[in-house]
Amino acid sequence: MADVTFTVDGKQITAPTGTLLIDACRKVGIEIPAFCYYPGLSLQAACRMCLVRIEKIPKLQTACTTPVAEGMIVATETDEIKQARKAMLELVLGNHPLDCPVCDAGGECELQDMTFKYGAAESFHTEMKQHREEQQWSPVVYFDRPRCILCYRCVRVCGEGMDVWALGVQNRGVTSIIAPNKEDHLECEECGACIDICPVGALTSGAYRYKTRPWEMNHVATICTHCGDGCKTTLGLRSVDDGVEIIRGDNRDKSGINGDFLCIKGRYSFDFANHKDRLTKPLVRRPDGNLAPATWEEALDYAGKRLAEVRDTRGGASIGVIGSNRTTNEENYLLQKFARKVLGTNNIDHHRTADYTSFARALAGHQDRAASLRDAGTAPAILLIGNDPTQQHPMLAWNLRTNVRLNRARLYVANHAEIKLLRQARASLAIPQDGYAGLIGYLAGDDSALAGTESSAAFREVIRKEENLLILFGSEYRGRDIDALVNFGLGLPNAKFACLSDYNNSRGAADMGLMPDLLPGYQPVASPAQFADEYGNLPQTGGLDLIAMFDAASRGELGALYVVGSNPVSRYNIAPGALKDTFLVVQDMFLTETAVLADVVLPAANLYEKTGTVTNTYGDLQLVKKAADKAGVRSDFELIVRLADRMGANPKELVSYGIGMRADLGQSRGVQSGESDRHAVWLAANHLEPKLSPFDPFAILDEIQRLVPDYQVDRLALLAGNDERTVPPLVHIDNASSKTRSDGVLPAQDTLFTSGTLGRYSSILDEVMESRETKSAGAAATTSLDVST
Amino acid sequence: MSVQETIFTSELAARFDKLVTIYPLRRSALVPMLLYAQDEKGYLSDEVITEIAQRIGITELDTRNVISYYSLLRTQPAGRYHVQVCTNISCMLRGANEIFDHCKKTLGIGNKQTTPDGMFSLEEVECIGACSWGPAAQVNYDYYENLTPEELDKVLEKCRASVVQEGKGSQA
Ligand code: SF4
Ligand code: SF4
Ligand code: SF4
Ligand code: FES
Ligand code: FES
Repeated sequence: MADVTFTVDGKQITAPTGTLLIDACRKVGIEIPAFCYYPGLSLQAACRMCLVRIEKIPKLQTACTTPVAEGMIVATETDEIKQARKAMLELVLGNHPLDCPVCDAGGECELQDMTFKYGAAESFHTEMKQHREEQQWSPVVYFDRPRCILCYRCVRVCGEGMDVWALGVQNRGVTSIIAPNKEDHLECEECGACIDICPVGALTSGAYRYKTRPWEMNHVATICTHCGDGCKTTLGLRSVDDGVEIIRGDNRDKSGINGDFLCIKGRYSFDFANHKDRLTKPLVRRPDGNLAPATWEEALDYAGKRLAEVRDTRGGASIGVIGSNRTTNEENYLLQKFARKVLGTNNIDHHRTADYTSFARALAGHQDRAASLRDAGTAPAILLIGNDPTQQHPMLAWNLRTNVRLNRARLYVANHAEIKLLRQARASLAIPQDGYAGLIGYLAGDDSALAGTESSAAFREVIRKEENLLILFGSEYRGRDIDALVNFGLGLPNAKFACLSDYNNSRGAADMGLMPDLLPGYQPVASPAQFADEYGNLPQTGGLDLIAMFDAASRGELGALYVVGSNPVSRYNIAPGALKDTFLVVQDMFLTETAVLADVVLPAANLYEKTGTVTNTYGDLQLVKKAADKAGVRSDFELIVRLADRMGANPKELVSYGIGMRADLGQSRGVQSGESDRHAVWLAANHLEPKLSPFDPFAILDEIQRLVPDYQVDRLALLAGNDERTVPPLVHIDNASSKTRSDGVLPAQDTLFTSGTLGRYSSILDEVMESRETKSAGAAATTSLDVST
Repeated sequence: MSVQETIFTSELAARFDKLVTIYPLRRSALVPMLLYAQDEKGYLSDEVITEIAQRIGITELDTRNVISYYSLLRTQPAGRYHVQVCTNISCMLRGANEIFDHCKKTLGIGNKQTTPDGMFSLEEVECIGACSWGPAAQVNYDYYENLTPEELDKVLEKCRASVVQEGKGSQA
């Protein structure tokens, strides 16, 4: 679009035609206050805080609704404008309660900030304060009516942003109020967006309200531990007796890949960390058959000794390892290295929720075909086949809705279910549940592959005309179907793909080689190349996958099993007796169905309590930073290293630390006093920062970046908190062996309010599920009453 | 959106079917629909709201938002005769407050209340556009102007009488 040039406060500014004055000013650092304006939402012009003077226009104008024009001359901070803004504030404050000392928003309230800036300290109005009791609308959302300044941000973000439309405005004038959709309560997606977008403390969250003052928290930005989208969430922390507790999650700085968005899980479901059943002491099975607390020394010694025994007497092939899809890349990498190098086994797997191996194979050799999560927000056209992003990939769903709303992206949906995103779809196709493979055949031109109709023909027609199509597919596609899908897509100009899986680091688990037949970077175990140089001796025949390990166990052929952050017994419905002859070591936060069967249970830290990297389902690599802490638990990384040490392995061969023992800190005084900082940055950028501890995950990240070509991203950008693209593997995955390969995918079928085993320990998710059940049970009860009377 | 079982009379339902088609935006039919529904049902019950929301294709919340904006739309039953006394400035200067007080006294009810027999309800309203002939009141859709307490009593009497009349009529 053509640019226009205009002047604001004497400064020449250029911006594209159609830009709103408020945005153009903000872009060059001229702040115009606003309560009701919110980027990306519809315009309201309700608060009049953004008034500016535009030459040749008699009255002050709202910058939030005025598009920039050539030659416009604008003043944003004259005495007249200050007075106008002050007057607006006086009106807002006329009946505003004096709640600041107890209000959740105190200290980070936009109304406080504006009052501070424009000094509307005297009251010229003698309006009655209208006290109303605070109302609880849902487990998540509370409403404190008198604090509301009627900016309508909440109403718009819920409707336009979330497509939930659960909030409305009732009455008019000074008596207007925000109202929930079920008269006295909310039935919604509980995302909390309305709470965080509220400029004041009118909407507050059940998780955080009245817990602390904002300035008494520390903040650490890290990655959500739940679904495969990997949103950045900034955790608010405070010290408690047994460590550091998380009391808030938000994304107010919008710096992450998720911009404005977080779902209930990213915003509130960190509470599992403080669940009363959290393990904080190692447990060892005693001769009486019971699990009892033990010291770390005892537990690790025992586990290490027994694992070594099994390895030395029965061979590595009689040991199995099951990894996690929520641990970091470094932990996953280390775990497979430990399995292959120390235990000497390829029996390693994890709960797979998507067939990344086939996806990597299908894309091998094609540049720029793997999509980032960001692409879903910018692609001009998207084909979504399978999956239900609103439930399973809330962030992706947000991106798709936003893209459709703001950029008029064309969304095409093919699904067997009535998924919510159909509401944004330009065209859609209902297919039978077993029709996904057929659909691809049909799109590729085979009329017999799907019972076609006129509308399916039209659907195919538009899809095949798309250039720059983004194809998103769920775990309905595996193995050969993925090849067919990718082949079809490669026939369209510039199509990109993304494969949707279920957990935070499902992709990382596959990328890092938690697979019986593949090393990190999908390198076949039979041709270990650089890994052989690095690890020394490696078992070169494929190992057992997860199911086969349990089969072997029930035949008495699995001497030991090491499970890290996974609950396969519940997930795969394993008969508990299957493991009776197997020495079982489990690392977890809770005594899960798997952990209760263990001989040794090691209490582990969760993702919010450690540092490292994770890869979301699109292949965006992001930094995880240690935020919380809990006395008595250790990171999986540390536990793996310690176990290896107890088994007699040299930790230095596992994690290369202590290479340079001295750190040159540069000059600390005088003109060059900033040198040490700059030096540290340079060291970090070149992977040279001193790694002095065997538990330093960056020592392993170095190794990953050295050995796995897809992970060679800009380290500095990663450390700065940016999402970096990994590229699909350049290695060639052998096609012949893949024919017989089972994909082993078991979709998790999580919803907005569940999150595998972890979700069961989150009280907020529990509460939401419960309130929904009782409400619908209540509704059912009243209907049956109606019938009987 | 089609409605299978309507709670309205067939004439009104037919009218509604047409109404939603004549505006460029479907939801423009909302306010007229609410008014007609209120005339037929006396007030906007939950069932009315549900059906109208369905007919327009918006949420019930949205429908309630609009209803709550207009004071002439009500979600509670009013009396058979809804007495609306204007107390805005022109009427007030000509004695509207006395008229309103007189209503309260003779009917024995306050603002926005209904007599126990369901005959009358009372409401203090803003300007009804009869400023030149204030004080003015509106009873259902009929206007009464240049009111005095005595005039008003006559109006109320007439209402009572017409009910008796109607009652007789229906008995005959
Ligand atoms: S929590 Fe989310 S879905 Fe619920 S009312 Fe607020 S914005 Fe809407
Ligand atoms: S509740 Fe908050 S966001 Fe919603 S209108 Fe009121 S002040 Fe604005
Ligand atoms: S969309 Fe996924 S990654 Fe984002 S907050 Fe929700 S669960 Fe976490
Ligand atoms: S920001 Fe412009 S009127 Fe509210
Ligand atoms: S002031 Fe009463 S009708 Fe206008």
